[in-house]
Amino acid sequence: MGTLLQFERVSAVYGGSVSALTEISFRVEEGAFVALLGANGAGKSTTLKAASNLLPAERGRVTGGDILFAGDDVTRIDPARHIRAGLVPVLEGRRLFRALSIEENLVTGAIGRGFGHRRIAEGLDRVYDLFPRLKQRRRSVAGLTSGGEQQMAAIGRGLMAEPRLFVLDEPSMGLAPLVVAEIFDALSRLNREEGVTLLVAEQNSSVALRHADWAVVLETGRSSLSGRAADLIARADVQDSYFGGAVV
Amino acid sequence: MMDWLNFLFGVEVAVGGLLSGVMYALVAIGFVLIYKTSGVLNFAQGAMVLFAALTFVSLIERGVPFWLAIVFTLAVMTMLGFAIERSVLRPLTNRSPMVLFMATLGLSYVIEGAAQLIWGTQVHRLDLGISNEPIDFGGIYVSQFDLAAAAIAAAMVAALTLFFRFTRTGLSFRAVADDTFAATAVGLRLNLIRSTVWTAAGFVALVAGLLWGARLGVQFSLSVVVLKALPVLVLGGFDSILGAIVAGLMIGASEKLAEVYLGPYVGGGIESWFAYAVALVVLLVRPSGLFGTKLVERY
Ligand SMILES: Nc1ncnc2c1ncn2[C@@H]1O[C@H](COP(=O)(O)OP(=O)(O)O)[C@@H](O)[C@H]1O
Ligand SMILES: [Mg+2]
Repeated sequence: MGTLLQFERVSAVYGGSVSALTEISFRVEEGAFVALLGANGAGKSTTLKAASNLLPAERGRVTGGDILFAGDDVTRIDPARHIRAGLVPVLEGRRLFRALSIEENLVTGAIGRGFGHRRIAEGLDRVYDLFPRLKQRRRSVAGLTSGGEQQMAAIGRGLMAEPRLFVLDEPSMGLAPLVVAEIFDALSRLNREEGVTLLVAEQNSSVALRHADWAVVLETGRSSLSGRAADLIARADVQDSYFGGAVV
Repeated sequence: MMDWLNFLFGVEVAVGGLLSGVMYALVAIGFVLIYKTSGVLNFAQGAMVLFAALTFVSLIERGVPFWLAIVFTLAVMTMLGFAIERSVLRPLTNRSPMVLFMATLGLSYVIEGAAQLIWGTQVHRLDLGISNEPIDFGGIYVSQFDLAAAAIAAAMVAALTLFFRFTRTGLSFRAVADDTFAATAVGLRLNLIRSTVWTAAGFVALVAGLLWGARLGVQFSLSVVVLKALPVLVLGGFDSILGAIVAGLMIGASEKLAEVYLGPYVGGGIESWFAYAVALVVLLVRPSGLFGTKLVERY
């Protein structure tokens, strides 16, 4: 198993001047479950968007450093090609297609990877297996489902593209603790049973550290600390200073 | 007896209005398609209608058979839509809606200029071989041409609806229309989808161009039918195909009825401004139109 994703001194700005990341470096090993932690505004979302080359759509860009996926420099590759290579993002705030049904949302994930009818059907089975609630809600308009169902659908939409590296931005945001636990359990299962490599940004550090095996901590756009999740959990002092006390 | 005749007359006016409303809806749908995917009010839609009609009629005048002319014009409109998307809109992605609107405004002059250069400026008569004799439905006379136009428009709307509902490209289109950033992140190919939609808009322009052209003659004033589509869009909502249809019918029927029943009191000519008055009221009361997007979301 090698390194699947590697950030080497990556810097990024918004609007040509607002600096969001300064020379951050970290690695995600194949098969790992990595948590990317940090307080609000630390640069977690920017890091994940840089990985999928989604910054240009928000008037941002990578100004220095290298991002390697499976050994290839992907810094300037079009997002659709990332998906086809297996690097699949789930955006902050879920960003479902609200007017589409849950199942239609799922199908778009497979279309994005260029899958045909057979792979679509297989993917739906796999997602409904992981989140049985989605099966009941498959015909519901996505914008009218609960926050938890929307997050599950957003994760399901990503799974439809059969990710090799699955990149999730704050899946716990705005959800009740029980739902958060359900979602992280599902992620753990994907990681353990199907070998999907995970990179999950979270402000909710305690839940993330309990499920992840490695953690990278960002502080105002710099990578300040990384280590085994089990070791970081023990350091409550670290949690307070780095995670803005956001321990649930 | 007199009451009955008056009633029949009223129905006849309303039906005539509804049928001309179909024609408004036809132009409005072209706008909606592009607005939903590119977020731009494509002012050049009218010029595309004109261009389609002129190309078709010029081919017919040169002895090209009807169906061949249809196919050829469709190919030309497809290429035109594709070229516009590539050369004008794609370089302007992420620019403000005003910039995009100005670009399409400029584009409409370029297309009209090109049409004039290629096909000349004279008025052409376009005969689709559909009779204009009215048919008698139990005392109500309805124009055969208007009926045929409505049937063609309905078939086109049905085809578009099926396409958007049941094909992968159609689903992708609805996803892009819903959330462009999410669609990018999911890996949907925006450029391909936008090109497809411009192609569809070119097709709609062709159908509208033929029907309007057969009615009014193919001439440069045809590109002004866009002005009639604007109040329809305001009433129906810029991003709703259903809205374009319903609003087209409503405006068509109400302006005819207003002309007949209110006209005598204000000295006539209501038909030319009634739609705009309706649009103004809608803008004040309900800016997103009858069917326009109101965010549906529950937290
Ligand atoms: N679209 C944007 N335009 C300008 N600045 C932004 C934008 N998005 C984020 N930023 C800035 O970049 C920094 C990092 O933000 P972000 O990556 O969203 O942090 P996090 O996800 O950790 O909360 C913050 O200072 C934020 O204000
Ligand atoms: Mg964030």
